[in-house]
Amino acid sequence: MALVLNEEQDMLRDSVNAFVSERAPVAHLRKLRDSRDAVGFDRQLWRQFAEQGYSAILVPEAHGGLGLGAVEAGIVGEALGRTLTPSPFLSTAVLAACTLARAGSPAQQKQLLPAIAAAETVIALAVDEASKHRPDAIAAKATRDGAGFRLDGAKTFVLDGHVAERFIVAARSSERGLTLLLVDARAAGVQIERTLMVDAHNAARLRFDGVRIAPDAVIGEVDAGGAVLDEVLDLGRVVVAAQLLGLADTVFGLTLGYLKERRQFDRAIGEFQALQHRAAELYIDIELTRALVLGALQAVDQHGDRNPAKAALIVAQAKAHACTTANRAVQEGVQMHGGIGMTDEFDVGLYMKRARALQELLGDAGFHADRVAAMGGY
Amino acid sequence: MPDLESFRRETRAWLEANCPAEMRQPVVSENDACWGGRHFKFQSEAQRRWMRIMGERGWTVPTWPKIYGGGGLSKEEAAVLNAEMRALGCRPPLSSFGIWMLGPALLAHGTEEQKLEHLPKIARGEIRWCQGYSEPNAGSDLAALATKAEVHDDHLIVNGQKIWTSYADEADWIFCLVRTSTAKKHTGISFVLFDMESPGVSTRPILLISGKSPFCETFFDNVRVPRGNVVGELNAGWTIAKYLLTHEREMIGGIGERSNVKPLGEFAANAVGLDETGRLSEPSLRAQIARFEIDEAAFRLLMQATGDRARQGVGNPAMSSALKFYGAELNKRRWELMASAAGADGLEWEGERSQDGTVARTWLRSKGNSIEGGTSEIQLNVVAKRILGLPGV
Repeated sequence: MALVLNEEQDMLRDSVNAFVSERAPVAHLRKLRDSRDAVGFDRQLWRQFAEQGYSAILVPEAHGGLGLGAVEAGIVGEALGRTLTPSPFLSTAVLAACTLARAGSPAQQKQLLPAIAAAETVIALAVDEASKHRPDAIAAKATRDGAGFRLDGAKTFVLDGHVAERFIVAARSSERGLTLLLVDARAAGVQIERTLMVDAHNAARLRFDGVRIAPDAVIGEVDAGGAVLDEVLDLGRVVVAAQLLGLADTVFGLTLGYLKERRQFDRAIGEFQALQHRAAELYIDIELTRALVLGALQAVDQHGDRNPAKAALIVAQAKAHACTTANRAVQEGVQMHGGIGMTDEFDVGLYMKRARALQELLGDAGFHADRVAAMGGY
Repeated sequence: MPDLESFRRETRAWLEANCPAEMRQPVVSENDACWGGRHFKFQSEAQRRWMRIMGERGWTVPTWPKIYGGGGLSKEEAAVLNAEMRALGCRPPLSSFGIWMLGPALLAHGTEEQKLEHLPKIARGEIRWCQGYSEPNAGSDLAALATKAEVHDDHLIVNGQKIWTSYADEADWIFCLVRTSTAKKHTGISFVLFDMESPGVSTRPILLISGKSPFCETFFDNVRVPRGNVVGELNAGWTIAKYLLTHEREMIGGIGERSNVKPLGEFAANAVGLDETGRLSEPSLRAQIARFEIDEAAFRLLMQATGDRARQGVGNPAMSSALKFYGAELNKRRWELMASAAGADGLEWEGERSQDGTVARTWLRSKGNSIEGGTSEIQLNVVAKRILGLPGV
């Protein structure tokens, strides 16, 4: 497969870039942040997102979706990374949609997938329990309770957790097995605390105390949620990598513009070789990330259905690389902008904050480098 | 595409039937490369045979036209051949500056006569070429070269000195940049070809930090070169030189990505061992190797993406500088990590156990990757100027 977008994907990229830069430029994030908006994203924008079909990308056609793949989801992710747009796209249209499409019961699919495609609901995936992403150390407990379960435990860094109507909770149901549970946000025993984050995006901490889970709220097989979760997390990771790519590319564009425009010592600072070389190296890093992220998105589409483990290596490589590149892009962005880069008024700082959050999300560069080593047998 | 599929089947069958077993062993060191030429000492009969039969099919240069000794394959067919050779582990039948550098330049700028004379001999590995570019006072500033060629009616007389001429002492012919006019720096340079056995040519190997001498100083003392051996117009050699440097950059860039080398992680696992959890016993080295392998994977895909974009006509030619820069730095990193993984064993300089110090010597040799073919700093200048549009000095 050629490492380029096809014609339809090119059109999708143009349309979603135009959409976000027109309706949700960085000023949109500032407004939500400065007004301490209770929802944290714009519900009207989310509905417009659905009108464009962006929320339906990963929903199968049989459930009112477009039945497209990871490459298309990555294109939307990259666009959201460019403008830092707060949106339930990742939590709901990627992570929840993928979980339900892969493992949901016919009733769950029928009830929820069309609502996701139409942007009528927000569903949040609850995995992390500690400050670092460690899906192999999930301790939240699902205990048999009649035909259903009782859920106890705590989750953190749950994207859109404070506005979600439902959660998909990964809980330990036996010594070795995880089970995915669909939990109503209003159920008795659920406590939700919104966490205001450095990047002004949405997240929450959740507590579950003896929450009763009906038998029909189990997603997929009992004790077999781990494999589904691996696949869903990998899709999420590569979409986050695409967001980091969009972010890095955009902040680099801002920085490059500044190098050409800012004059000191009677010349553009971009004439100085010390800055030129750093800019050139950063450019190359971004191109490397671009190639790797597209390769990973294509691999998920190629192997995702039957053999997601085959895509796991390149997904880990892509997330790690994107984290490192975006980190470099924002560091250089602030430094090369000089004093103005330190001001809240200037956008480059917002990119730095968002890059920090996206690096942490679903595993940082160190986490994924560790996976690369493990998969390489060393 | 059914045609391509039948080509794939035929190619696989032919390779299986004809590629000698010895030529399917992984390349261990640079000594395994086959360079061809008048005086080449073949490592084995199998190596000689493999070069000969591939040369006869034109598969040493699959995409060159058949009349010039090539295979006449389309890019798609050549990609199939490449993939099938990789799948069977076939070694490259011929390594050659003629294939990588002079050939493409002659195809683009040579006369019909020059192409018919030189290309088939390159394809069959009969003539080994070297490149006369750098001079003691013309390194990064290559256009400052001073080797002088006096132009007469039917010949030129060349006087001067080249340096860093790869394998000049083993090459049969040289393609060389000479100054034919001092009026202007860039437009006074000509691109000439001549036999290294011409009277007045002498070479002296340069001993490198690796203890080996892949490069020479090359001296020209009143060397007579026929007028017909000037490629392109007189004084217009700089255009060809630049064209050719692009090919050189891509080639050197490619050394960061060798398909038949053992993965670094595997090498390190054997060298330093694993702990009870299956992790490399050196955690810091493990993390560095993982980062390296991630960057290597990204580089492989960027090479592929750059090729795909070029085929669609949307590439930027200056990307070759970006790839050269990154490939060279990556290869240096690889050998730093190899040396570190090998530890004290990797310090051995001679003897069978270390295969005559392969790790130590290759580690040292790799330091030249970011100097030869345009330094890393020059490549970054090109990226900054030609791709990023930053103002130049």
